[in-house]
Amino acid sequence: MVDALSLSMDSLPFAARHRLPGEAPDDRSLPVTAVVRPAASGESTAGGPALAEIDHLDFYYGSKRALSDVCLEIERHKVTALIGPSGCGKSTLLRCLNRMNDLIEGTRIGRGTIKIHGVDINRPDVDVIELRKRVGMVFQKSNPFPKSIYENITYGLRLQGIKAKARLDEIVERALRGAALWDEVKDRLHESGLGLSGGQQQRLCIARAIAVEPEVILMDEPCSALDPVATAKIEELIQDLRTRFTIIIVTHNMQQAARCSDYTAFFYLGRLIEYNATRDIFTNPANPQTEAYVSGRFG
Amino acid sequence: MIFWIFRVATYGILACGAAVFLDIVVKGSRTVFTAEPPFLNTTFLTAAPESLYVFEWEGRRMEMGDREFRDFKERNPAAAQLKAESYVYSAGGIFPCIVGTVLLVAGSMALALALGVGAAVYLNEYARDGKFIRFVRLAILNLAGVPSIVFGLFGFGMFVIFFGWNVSLLAGWFTLAFMVLPVVITASEEALKAVPIGFRAGSLALGATKWQTIRKNVLPYAMPGILTSSILGIARVAGETAPIMFTAAYAVRDDLPWQVQRLGDFFFQGVMALPYHIYVVSSKIPQNEYTERVQYGTAFVFLGIVALIATASIVFRHRLRNRHQW
Repeated sequence: MVDALSLSMDSLPFAARHRLPGEAPDDRSLPVTAVVRPAASGESTAGGPALAEIDHLDFYYGSKRALSDVCLEIERHKVTALIGPSGCGKSTLLRCLNRMNDLIEGTRIGRGTIKIHGVDINRPDVDVIELRKRVGMVFQKSNPFPKSIYENITYGLRLQGIKAKARLDEIVERALRGAALWDEVKDRLHESGLGLSGGQQQRLCIARAIAVEPEVILMDEPCSALDPVATAKIEELIQDLRTRFTIIIVTHNMQQAARCSDYTAFFYLGRLIEYNATRDIFTNPANPQTEAYVSGRFG
Repeated sequence: MIFWIFRVATYGILACGAAVFLDIVVKGSRTVFTAEPPFLNTTFLTAAPESLYVFEWEGRRMEMGDREFRDFKERNPAAAQLKAESYVYSAGGIFPCIVGTVLLVAGSMALALALGVGAAVYLNEYARDGKFIRFVRLAILNLAGVPSIVFGLFGFGMFVIFFGWNVSLLAGWFTLAFMVLPVVITASEEALKAVPIGFRAGSLALGATKWQTIRKNVLPYAMPGILTSSILGIARVAGETAPIMFTAAYAVRDDLPWQVQRLGDFFFQGVMALPYHIYVVSSKIPQNEYTERVQYGTAFVFLGIVALIATASIVFRHRLRNRHQW
């Protein structure tokens, strides 16, 4: 079987994978403010190199249509927020991107394609396991495994057959630093991940996701169960992560979308209403429905 | 008034239970413990059952086991013509029964856990819920209500006769395993259901296959629950007489299970077992003052062994649970 997905992905320049300390500057040590934010306004969404292309997608739960005719291009190394009222299909779309919907019985794609690097991820010869390694996910309810912090992070690596202790140690530290959790847990790596606070648990899940060095991280309302301080930390982290990863985040919180995303897509009743640079969506929405939603008049 | 009825009923049950236990413990400890060091009747715990010989010798009443009596007659030629009354199974000990029961429990629980957990994983993780699967579940639940003697008969027909395994450990293992399977499957399924769905999703999202997810991130967390159910299974497997009386148990056997010619014979030998021994000494031989000590001693040891195995599993379960608590 030709693994078309991995072939095409391997040919692309990756962010440095599992660099050794000293080999390259550790971008984690940069203060958050040093991350240069692209001037989102005025940029065309179609202009950049698209990482994922969603083309006229219809999605069904049984006979119920959850997504209708969604067209969307996701850019590399940008944060894309999906907003909209409950039941508008934003989480469904997110879960289409790593085919987590496969796990739900009776779901199917009625029409359209999702391409990542030009490869239709729903093609029968695409290895869904490989896809999920490259498209990581952080869930709404933080779900650290009832194992130690260390084992939580090495879980995905061990699945890939990485066994060398030194290498695992190094990746664990790197992932925890990447998720801004290292200083808080470095003395208790072998204690249960469930002993952490809610915000720390969610950052542990992020660390677990970035440990396998995906290209894309899907975040499904990652802050909905967290207090404002923990939320602020995660948002800071998202700013930090986008230098290395493409992030797609579903959120109910419009301020959050406004604060931490480059592009925002507004969904309503399974349709993509408007997709544009975040600043435009919030200050100058083209569609009256979008304006009504972002100004808090419904939803 | 109603309150008192319930209260008296509850305490009545407790009293009955206590009476049964005390009876066994008091009478059994007379057999198992002795007044002099080492305070334990080592013969009873380490010897095989023998016939007891009772006779008068030089004005004294003597009680001797089979072997001892033969030695005695050799040493005292005058005793050769001695008239002694003999009582079957009343001397010696129950060591072969202990060994047999432990072997039966270990083998059948291993089988039941392997088959039962496998079935539960299939039903809970792989099978698509539908009419057929619901029917399978119902059938499994109903199997739990089948009397154990029916399982014994099934095992006899299936394993002993049809497969030609004769009365053997293997036939006993399978019969007992089939008997506890419904309990193990149902409880394992509950334990698997209790593992949060987020653990599965989290694992799959990291690029694990379904089987990797089940093996590394579902089964380990379900194990304490599965073991809890199997502790009940252990007590049942150890205690049942009916399923093994046609399939695995011998009333008496001189060789111990490891005294076999070839390794392969190990699985095809019958064994003695504690519950069957109690049954034999209580109903298959003439009752007398000497059989009682064997009956109660065996019952006492039997309870002790079941308690021991159950305690070991509880300790094991706790260690597992402390490792993975969510």
